[in-house]
Amino acid sequence: MTQAINKEWPLWEVFVRSKMGLEHKHSGSLHAADAEQALRMARDVYTRRQEGVSIWVVPSAAITASAPEDKGELFDPAADKIYRHPTFYQLPEEVNHM
Amino acid sequence: MYTQAIDVAGKVASLDDARALSEAEQQQLARFDERMAADQKIEPQEYMPAEYRKTLVRQISQHAHSEIVGMLPEGNWISRAPSLKRKAILLAKVQDEAGHGLYLYSAAETLGTSRDQMIDALHSGKAKYSSIFNYPTLTWADVGVIGWLVDGAAIMNQVPLCRCTYGPYARAMIRICKEESFHQRQGFDALLAMMAGTQQQRDMVQEAVNRWWWPVLMMFGPSDKDSIHSAQTMKWGIKRISNDDLRQKFVDAAMEQAKVLGVTFPDPDLKWNAERGQHDYGTIDWSEFWRVVNGEGPCNKERVGARVAAHEKGAWVREAALAHAEKQRQRAARQAA
Repeated sequence: MTQAINKEWPLWEVFVRSKMGLEHKHSGSLHAADAEQALRMARDVYTRRQEGVSIWVVPSAAITASAPEDKGELFDPAADKIYRHPTFYQLPEEVNHM
Repeated sequence: MYTQAIDVAGKVASLDDARALSEAEQQQLARFDERMAADQKIEPQEYMPAEYRKTLVRQISQHAHSEIVGMLPEGNWISRAPSLKRKAILLAKVQDEAGHGLYLYSAAETLGTSRDQMIDALHSGKAKYSSIFNYPTLTWADVGVIGWLVDGAAIMNQVPLCRCTYGPYARAMIRICKEESFHQRQGFDALLAMMAGTQQQRDMVQEAVNRWWWPVLMMFGPSDKDSIHSAQTMKWGIKRISNDDLRQKFVDAAMEQAKVLGVTFPDPDLKWNAERGQHDYGTIDWSEFWRVVNGEGPCNKERVGARVAAHEKGAWVREAALAHAEKQRQRAARQAA
């Protein structure tokens, strides 16, 4: 690692909640010296066209992601637990709109 | 847009120790090829061959550099825009270009490079940017022509990239294409206004079109027979349509638009070919293309020089921001203690 890279501003992930949106969605990432600057830049870069009403910025290093190789084991158990879904239960006609 | 800085739980994926192919790696490669064939998306933490990664870093970073260097020719006219309306529009457009650069650097960073490394490569001349930005903007009409033709060519190039196999690149392109069509329309609109003006204004537009037409056609890259990267990038679903096919599509579209505008293109061989259902056009001066790509175009030195100067003169500001952030962090830690 060279000197220049050590002096690089850290990376932040940007999440934006749109006006009608219920949740924050990942919009992208950017480099900024601190959280406040990251927010300001996220406002300019990701909400120039009124894309959102709320912004979260998170240091990228704070995020831990699931490993793609584990996709199989990690998400598989869902398939054999179909009883988790309400549609699994057939109730008598009279109450089936429950 | 999704970052390599993200840790993979319990595992640290190393990028480059995939030199000698073990059996496991061969299996991964086979799976990768299958996914390419099925046109599926690849995400940052997934296995990809070193060459695929390298090609993407090259292409995405040079794409990002183009957005950044592309601010200079247009920025040249911000202080001289002829009306407040046109000036505000131009400012908004140049701001978009900065954003596009940012999206693309982020996408490239998901491949394990850093923005500083990429910018270093740009400043040292190791990385290229679009040949088009090495041409000067001599009149206000050039700004309109850049919007119409240069951004028009960029959109033609970029729309197929919205479906490219590397997820972060495809997502960046979707965002960029939406904004790019604002750029193209505003450029055409500015030229329409001039064409409805005085003879002098109309001449200015035609003269700008004459200067930009051939450089714009060069934006699609070398002809298919000379394009060294094409076959592989087509196979990997990074490139969808060949350079020559895109160029032809662009010529056909631009001819229609030129009629509406009332300008002509500086090419005596340009005419409708009823048999092919497309326009024939003259031969591109490839010696000029290679000269510009290799650093000897009209503005290459000026463009890179301006970038390097901004970077060097801005060094103390970047350091100040970091020092301030560190001080704030320490103060917050003290208060929490």
